[in-house]
Amino acid sequence: MLPFRYHRARSLDHALSLYVEGADPRYLSGGQTLIPTMKQRLAAPSDLIDIAHVPELRGVIVADGTVSIGAAVTHAEVSGSAAIVGAVPALAMLAGQIGDPAVRARGTLGGSLANNDPAADYPAAMLALAATVRTSRRAISAERFFTGLFATALQDGEIVIGVDVPVPAKAAYRKFANPASRYAMAGVFVAVMADGSIRVGITGAGADGVFRATAIEEALARSWDPSAIDAVVIAPDGMLADIHGSAAYRANLVKVMAKRAVAAAR
Amino acid sequence: MPVVEMIVNGAAVAAAVEDRTLLVVYLRDGLGLTGTHVGCDTSQCGACLVLVDRIAVKSCTMLAVQAAGKRVTTVEGLAAGGRLHPMQQAFHEHHGLQCGFCTPGMIISAVDMVRRLGTELEEPTIRHELEGNLCRCTGYHNIVRAIRAGAAAMGAD
Repeated sequence: MLPFRYHRARSLDHALSLYVEGADPRYLSGGQTLIPTMKQRLAAPSDLIDIAHVPELRGVIVADGTVSIGAAVTHAEVSGSAAIVGAVPALAMLAGQIGDPAVRARGTLGGSLANNDPAADYPAAMLALAATVRTSRRAISAERFFTGLFATALQDGEIVIGVDVPVPAKAAYRKFANPASRYAMAGVFVAVMADGSIRVGITGAGADGVFRATAIEEALARSWDPSAIDAVVIAPDGMLADIHGSAAYRANLVKVMAKRAVAAAR
Repeated sequence: MPVVEMIVNGAAVAAAVEDRTLLVVYLRDGLGLTGTHVGCDTSQCGACLVLVDRIAVKSCTMLAVQAAGKRVTTVEGLAAGGRLHPMQQAFHEHHGLQCGFCTPGMIISAVDMVRRLGTELEEPTIRHELEGNLCRCTGYHNIVRAIRAGAAAMGAD
């Protein structure tokens, strides 16, 4: 790693002011992506501002049909939270499938969202659950937050504080994980919202990153059954293709995982 | 360089450490605790696992300064009073290793597994929970046996 200065932020205001003072600063949350990236010198910030201890970014609250999760809450904490398991079990299950146990002990929700890896798990859930991302400047819908591969609507210096997730009537997440990296080759989060509307978020498969599969949503609205997805056409155009799988392979995986998710939804 | 203070294997330590120094580098080169291994150095293999405030983390993917003020336990810190930790003893008895390179991470991972899931661990659970620990000798059968026995011994202790 190239040299940098490390700062531990005591509060949200402290983190924001440290950022303004840095030449080329980056926020550090769990560091499970950023530190490996820096070790490869793919990132070389002048200042690392550790926001993992910022109290405003901590905590889980379930109230009035909404689950609010702080950005610095780890995957292990989401997976083990009795409140989240009770309100949105599919989200707890998703968090328990990220990486491996040691990654889940450090990695955070906010870090995952801000990085928006095209194969990360959380973005699919946030899209499908119509979550709102709260930042140091505004509240923004998940739909507008994720803007492309490793790209978000976050502006320079803006911090994700947490998310507000509406409690769905039922939901499930199924992913086909790359056996080496455990990242999703295709991950599908299906949700039936409290008003009966159906939303489907897809990660790992789209060439532009996470997206809503509107064709699958429409088919499921006509018939909430895995077989309703058989007739849906997912075009390989617009799918990721790499050494792990072709676009056609991923297009097929999206349907397979969607059917498994519908069968599992509760 | 800032002075970083932490508790390592029960003893308070303090040292001037560069901000970019990884926890594993500080433990091995700074403190001479070479039981913690660097395997892949890319967050995949789990050979570098240590406990930070009792939770297993990858010390190659954490800065030493991030551990400031915390309690770190390496494989050297598990044995007490001249006796192996029950999980170490189980790896010995069940021959849960071939070359031994992955063993410190396997043992730390197993101790963390017991913390999270209790002392009665079934084989499929152990295999699933070991997805972040790679053994290049492919000696998993005895590792799984050792963890099951070690967990039970921790319960009996």
